[in-house]
Amino acid sequence: MLAPLSWIKEYVDVDITPQELQDKLFSCGFEVEELYEVGKDISKVVVGHVLECEAIPDTHLHVCKVDCGEHGEFQICCGADNVVAGGKFPTALVGATVYATAKDHKTVEGVMTIGKGKLRGYESFGMLCSGVELGVSENMYPGAGYNGLLVLPEDAPVGADVKPILGLDDWMFDIAITANRPDCQSIYGIAREIAAVLEKELKTPDLSYTETDATLEGFKVSVDCPELCPRYSAHYVTDVKIGESPAWMKRRLALVGIDAISNVVDITNYILKELGQPMHAFDCNDIEGNAINVRRANDGEKIVTLDGAELALTNANMVICDGVKPVALAGVMGGLNSEIKDTTSSVLFESAKFARDNIRKTSRAVGKRSDSSARYEKGVDEYATVMAMKRALHLIEELECGKVSSMHVDVNTGNSVEPRELTVSIKKVNDVLGIVVPNDDILRIMDNLAFAPKIEGDNLILQVPAFREDIENYPDIAEEVIRMYGYDKVVPTFIPSAKVTTGGLNLQQKSELRLKNALCSVGAYECIHYSFFSPSDLDLLRLPEDAVERTAIRLVNPISEELSLMRTTLAASMINAIVRNQKKGNLEGRLYEIGNVFMPKSLPLTEYPDERAKLCVGIFGEKESFFTMKGIAEKIADTLHVEFTYENMSNTFLHPYQTARIMCEGKEIGYFGKLAYDIASDCDLRTQVFILEMDLKELSCYYGKKPVFTPLPKFAEEQRDLALVVSKDVTCGQIESVMKEACKYITKISFFDIYEGEQIAADQKSMAFTVVFTPKDEAFTTESVDAFVKKILKQLNKAYGVELRS
Amino acid sequence: MNANLEQIKQEIISGAEELNSSKEVYEFKKKFLDGKTGKIGLLMKEMKNIAPEERANYGKGVNELKEWALGYLGELDVKMKAKELQDRYESEKIDISLPAVASEQGNLHPITLIRNQLIDIFSGMGFEVFEGTEIETDYYNFTALNTPQDHPARDMQDTFYLSPEFLLRTQTSAGQIHVMENKKPPIKILSPGKVFRSDDDATHSPMFTQMEGLVVDKGITLCDLQGMLDVFVKKVYGEGTKTRLRPSYFPFTEPSVEVDCSCFECGGTGCKLCKGTGWIEILGAGVVNKKVLENCGIDSEEYSGLAFGIGIERTAMLKYGINNIKHLFESDLRVLKQLND
Repeated sequence: MLAPLSWIKEYVDVDITPQELQDKLFSCGFEVEELYEVGKDISKVVVGHVLECEAIPDTHLHVCKVDCGEHGEFQICCGADNVVAGGKFPTALVGATVYATAKDHKTVEGVMTIGKGKLRGYESFGMLCSGVELGVSENMYPGAGYNGLLVLPEDAPVGADVKPILGLDDWMFDIAITANRPDCQSIYGIAREIAAVLEKELKTPDLSYTETDATLEGFKVSVDCPELCPRYSAHYVTDVKIGESPAWMKRRLALVGIDAISNVVDITNYILKELGQPMHAFDCNDIEGNAINVRRANDGEKIVTLDGAELALTNANMVICDGVKPVALAGVMGGLNSEIKDTTSSVLFESAKFARDNIRKTSRAVGKRSDSSARYEKGVDEYATVMAMKRALHLIEELECGKVSSMHVDVNTGNSVEPRELTVSIKKVNDVLGIVVPNDDILRIMDNLAFAPKIEGDNLILQVPAFREDIENYPDIAEEVIRMYGYDKVVPTFIPSAKVTTGGLNLQQKSELRLKNALCSVGAYECIHYSFFSPSDLDLLRLPEDAVERTAIRLVNPISEELSLMRTTLAASMINAIVRNQKKGNLEGRLYEIGNVFMPKSLPLTEYPDERAKLCVGIFGEKESFFTMKGIAEKIADTLHVEFTYENMSNTFLHPYQTARIMCEGKEIGYFGKLAYDIASDCDLRTQVFILEMDLKELSCYYGKKPVFTPLPKFAEEQRDLALVVSKDVTCGQIESVMKEACKYITKISFFDIYEGEQIAADQKSMAFTVVFTPKDEAFTTESVDAFVKKILKQLNKAYGVELRS
Repeated sequence: MNANLEQIKQEIISGAEELNSSKEVYEFKKKFLDGKTGKIGLLMKEMKNIAPEERANYGKGVNELKEWALGYLGELDVKMKAKELQDRYESEKIDISLPAVASEQGNLHPITLIRNQLIDIFSGMGFEVFEGTEIETDYYNFTALNTPQDHPARDMQDTFYLSPEFLLRTQTSAGQIHVMENKKPPIKILSPGKVFRSDDDATHSPMFTQMEGLVVDKGITLCDLQGMLDVFVKKVYGEGTKTRLRPSYFPFTEPSVEVDCSCFECGGTGCKLCKGTGWIEILGAGVVNKKVLENCGIDSEEYSGLAFGIGIERTAMLKYGINNIKHLFESDLRVLKQLND
């Protein structure tokens, strides 16, 4: 929220520097996000009195002699059409900083430093300035909007700094207001806090006015939806003369970023900023039926707002109607049909409290945000609603733009504007804090905050101001006390009263960490990808229409279509990560991610979906192969002390003959394989990619499995190398399982070579294995091992026609 | 006969000069000393042809020759082997300034690194780690945390909705409610996890990681919060780090505070990292709101609690000087490889 120091000072006497005030606000819970002088970019600009002014022939320029008082007398060339001898103008001395403008003299293009110059042979020692060059608009200073020199008053002291004259020495506070303090969303609200923290008196805005006898006979205000509108007040103003607001009001509005429109409209905006209460003014001539009715809109009902937009409404929106038609979209924007015009002669002021979530939802639904809706969304209180109406009527009188009638209607189903009593235990307040704040300090602090405190024994009796809707119980009071008493008085203690608890990771968390470390040890880097992905990722994987992955949960309000579905597989994000890496020139690497996929039990969601932890590994580069990925799978198995087996399989995004289903104790737990060539080519992948995905939820039943110690064999192991000639379609796995079946002493079979070629029949291959035999109860003899080999060969021959290679 | 021995000796001396390798020495030695075929070995077989009175002398001469030959050729063998070893070393001379052959070790994601560090600190204090679900209901994410439907705090976080009832959690405290519903105090839980808000710029990502801590027991105070966070901050950022509390607002705590720590870059004198203030905002915390305890069926007159929430990405970015949050989610190996802490 923007607050000019000069405006704050109207309500509280600030006698410390802006920086000191910033620190005070910070310590009591209001962070000043930005603090700057209005004229922060302007320096060394003084009041100059033009003594002589002569036209330079054949140009639009004048050469002037300018008296700058204590700074000296300078020759300055000037191109403005309103330069004149005897005039007083802002004069930028050599070394001054002002805004540089484009050729149009209106568009600011940064800050420039004035140097000595020479124009058409005439030396120039400075510059006479326009409003734009000083960052002063017409609303901030009358006459500053002229496309020429800014004319200073005749009584401006020659040589004086122009900043105080133009209000450029004012300071702007951009203050972050937390959501629990909507009462501070205004100049007056923040002044109230400043008064408390500085222990100064808070001045009340002038709320006085005199009512005339005028009234609207039989005028009725009714509220059909008190749940959305707990308070609605209206006041009739006659003899309205629409015109310009005074300079002081225009200046304040300009400082907080609001353009002046006309006196009546400006008053409503002024009140919004000063008291934090959105107001609306209807042209009474347009109010038909002598009535105001606040109600929910009918479905399909239409309204044209002030900005000319036609909006279609629903029952969830609230409208202000006259006896016939909607005249405003409540809290958001007035209707075009009743706007204030130059011809407006009587006005109906509205000051109301609307439910904040209704305004928020309406504002979003119709896509229209205004200062009013932004303010209502944060919440207004009845205290401000009542005060604002009085202040508006006072300003009508002060600006002499109308007469305050005696017709005031107030429909109230909300809170009282009187303080409510709250009694809290001082001990409990101190127990929350963990320190004992002296009673005198508690009294002083609560008094400064206008809670009119009294202490009776352990009871702190408070009168909670109506604008403090956030105060409910003793923890709130504890917070009020400590933020004013000082958080630096909190003494660090280490939960002396708490019971000892045991902490740490559970089995699943430990196991996932073990897996991550194991994957790091094989050179893979951990990644974290978004939990959402794109519908196009499902197409990237060529998933068929009925694939389970396509039943993904959709975000109602995604940031973009690319991030609109909850992931049902981690593979797509991994492929995309590899694509990004290859585009950056990283042509080889290993990546992995452990993350959740989200499988809905119903759509739209009516119960928690199945959130399953998955592991995805992606490896790429010319060094990688199906078998390096298989090695990673084995690493995972070893880490968990389980055994994986592999089966041929195919899916839509992997190579049809280089893909394996991973099985653990007969249960399918994942897959891995080489990325299909068409996908690789669509993604412009330059090196081959292998993807593995595993369901950690399925694997979690093995977490915590311990390695089992096998006693070392008493007798020496024997090993034999076997070179076998087999048909090409027989697999390594098939041979190994026949061997194991044939001899119970086999403890290890290592494949070490394969040969296909001239020395062997075309449909055959030679495979070489080292087989380890481990004796159990007695030592082997050469003959016993020979017998095992013979049996193995016989079984292999029977099963697959395998022969020993000669 | 002695002449014959002398001749063999000369033959060995001259022959040895021609030898160039230990292998040749071995073969040469065999030629003379092999028991069955060597020249000196064969001399012993001549014994039977020697006159008996000369046999002793002859035998002595042969043995002396044998001893000498063994010594002579043995010495040569040692020399030859030493030379060969030297030659081998020299032939394997390398340019040690050539680049190293990397043995690649991957590393954990910086978010996991910070997460593990924090878990380590807080488990030591007796915190259990509880990870809730990423998809939550409106009730657990907001209502139970004292943020009813019309509460302005709902504007503080732009929430991703999945249905009117279900949403992507905006804070991991949602999961803490489940714990409090099912467990009676004393409670000390740490909830790390992914959270989601509709925000996307250099310092905000629609998905980020939070770690929230919750303590519920008898007599927990704001002083305990400061004390606990003091310990945490010193362990993460160094012993000399100071903490500062300042008022803030969260619906689920009252009082609520922002916690700043003294800038670990400049030590508090003011620098670019702390924007000249000497302090860095690191987390939000507070005394658990009575209503939140009551929503979970915990007697708020008997028990009180403290809660804190740390943004892991922010901590990681501060600690490693990462300038854009996107780097954490784009899996660029050039980024990941740098962060092997």
